[in-house]
Amino acid sequence: MALASRNIRKYPGFFSMTLLCMVLLYAPLAVVAAYSFNDSLSITRWGGFSFRWYLDVFFGLEADKFRDAAWNSLSIAFLAATASTIIATAASIGMVRGGEFRAKPASFALISLPLMVPEIVTAVATLIFFSAIGFVRGYATILVAHIVFCIPFAYLPIEARLRGIEGTFEEAAQDLYASRGQAFRFVLLPLMAPGIVAGYLLAFIISLDDFIITNFVKGAGIETLPTAIFGAVKQGIKPNILALSTLMLLISIGFVTISYFVSRKGVKPGGHGAPETT
Amino acid sequence: MESSKENLAVELQGVFKKYGDFVALKKIDLEIKDNEFFTLLGPSGCGKTTLLRVIAGFEEISEGTILLKGERIGDLPPNKRPINTVFQHYALFPHMTVEANVAFGMKMLGMSKAEVADRSRKMLEMVKLGDFAGRRPNQLSGGQQQRVALARAMAPGPQVLLLDEPLSALDLKLRHAMRVELKQLQMETGITFVFVTHDQEEALTMSDRIGVMDHGILQQVGTPHEIYEKPVNRFVADFIGETNIFDATISHVGDANCVCVLRNGSSVGCEAGSNPQVGAKCHLSIRPEGLEMSRANDEPRSLGGRVEQVVYLGTDTQYLIRIPSGELVTVRCQNTIADGVNYSTGDEVALKPRDGAARLLVD
Ligand SMILES: Nc1ncnc2c1ncn2[C@@H]1O[C@H](COP(=O)(O)OP(=O)(O)OP(=O)(O)O)[C@@H](O)[C@H]1O
Ligand SMILES: [Mg+2]
Repeated sequence: MALASRNIRKYPGFFSMTLLCMVLLYAPLAVVAAYSFNDSLSITRWGGFSFRWYLDVFFGLEADKFRDAAWNSLSIAFLAATASTIIATAASIGMVRGGEFRAKPASFALISLPLMVPEIVTAVATLIFFSAIGFVRGYATILVAHIVFCIPFAYLPIEARLRGIEGTFEEAAQDLYASRGQAFRFVLLPLMAPGIVAGYLLAFIISLDDFIITNFVKGAGIETLPTAIFGAVKQGIKPNILALSTLMLLISIGFVTISYFVSRKGVKPGGHGAPETT
Repeated sequence: MESSKENLAVELQGVFKKYGDFVALKKIDLEIKDNEFFTLLGPSGCGKTTLLRVIAGFEEISEGTILLKGERIGDLPPNKRPINTVFQHYALFPHMTVEANVAFGMKMLGMSKAEVADRSRKMLEMVKLGDFAGRRPNQLSGGQQQRVALARAMAPGPQVLLLDEPLSALDLKLRHAMRVELKQLQMETGITFVFVTHDQEEALTMSDRIGVMDHGILQQVGTPHEIYEKPVNRFVADFIGETNIFDATISHVGDANCVCVLRNGSSVGCEAGSNPQVGAKCHLSIRPEGLEMSRANDEPRSLGGRVEQVVYLGTDTQYLIRIPSGELVTVRCQNTIADGVNYSTGDEVALKPRDGAARLLVD
């Protein structure tokens, strides 16, 4: 084909560049996952296959610490994702269905700005804010901070979904005697559901994974999984950290997979329903 | 023709709709009768959809009054108006089955479960989709979706049904079949239909009355016959069917008739419109079938010209005739077996309007 010469694969070095990127990205993960099954105290020398470090995570010396941290991480992720998804859903309806208002571009910038601000800046600012209002650092400060920085992540997929839903569905519902509330509940919400689920899962992972902001606002005596792992690593990496990291990786992959399938499935909200004729 | 106010379904009085500076509806005065098949006809962008949305309650009006069965409904939201809409692209709820779509309005009205189920089934049978109750809208063809939209809008028993170009997404054959079906449904149910289209043939064949719109103004309201035979102005004459428009001057005004002189000097009698003045410039509309053709004669002041094109249309033959002023005039003659007269390109012919065929246009 005439186009073949423009095929990106024909550029010199394409293959080696790709390989290099893949190796840099995934080789460390593969090594961590592989060595989490290492039946040895060393993290570099292979000593046979075993589940001992997984058992160690759950029943070993540090098990209590990890269990508390996991509980904090999961409960904060659950609450922060729930709260930020609700806020993001309301915000997207205001932005997409609210008609034109003067502050619209500003509002959008405000919602998505946290994605662009360096996380360390947000972390410092949040810490200063909590100190200024005299908020005692602990579980609540982590939760509030997570809700806030999860909002833009929940917002983007929800907003994208809502934009694809034609306004005539809500009009049709109201035309058929549904109040605004009923039109939302029976028509708009089910149509938005895939976007909402995707936003929720994204927020959940982002919260579960956060280290920088959490580390700044958490205060003493409370850990989440990332801060607990960081703390443990400071005294040298033990193989149980590899097992714990691999578990977190699995959870993340699981969520991303669900999110992918949910946002792809769902009923197509195109509206015309493809009026092909027979 | 004067109807008492009691059997009016929808009444609009001096309705204006503005989008910023743009006036989409200009002083609409309209009375739609109970049980009538009323059609809004006009070119794209003339405000048909806007007028429907105003009646349905999706757009607030800038000025004027809307009455439904004599009651003001201008301030009611759409869900408080006993009016349902068949949307242009149907807007069927994609996450619900066909049956749930049809049941939706009745459920929102708080009808009992048994009643809703019973009536949904009846409505689906009425539109011949009894076997499709469990399907999703995207598993239906365009024509089937259209029927579901119809059943959904009619199920709650509205006083008025609004239809926004419901046939435009269908292919030609299906469109013709649906015309007949829609008309039958309307007569069976007795619901007032307000039907929007830009297809004049659709309007002429289905409607009890037609409102012709242009640029947000209701140009003329009348039966298909009135609209076709007695257009009030140049826009309506031009938009509905084919016509020849001649410049003329009024030369004589009688009681009910007047005489106009065309540019070539031939005079044509026609029904007097409103308040004609001798000497005033005017336009005459003569339909292609309203002109009689004969071999050219030597009568000095007759309308005539040279045949430029002959198009055989089966039952008719259409001739394009170039008259001395340079304009083309369309003439249509029925092909009868007895009538052996045939004209071919290049023939010189004389044209004469049949009695009552010329229509005086006010502008
Ligand atoms: N929300 C709006 N804001 C501004 N102008 C609008 C809006 N809706 C419609 N208009 C304008 O009002 C005019 C009438 O629109 P409308 O949709 O009623 O036309 P229509 O007769 O239904 O045309 P079509 O046959 O193409 O559907 C158009 O010129 C359109 O641009
Ligand atoms: Mg329209």
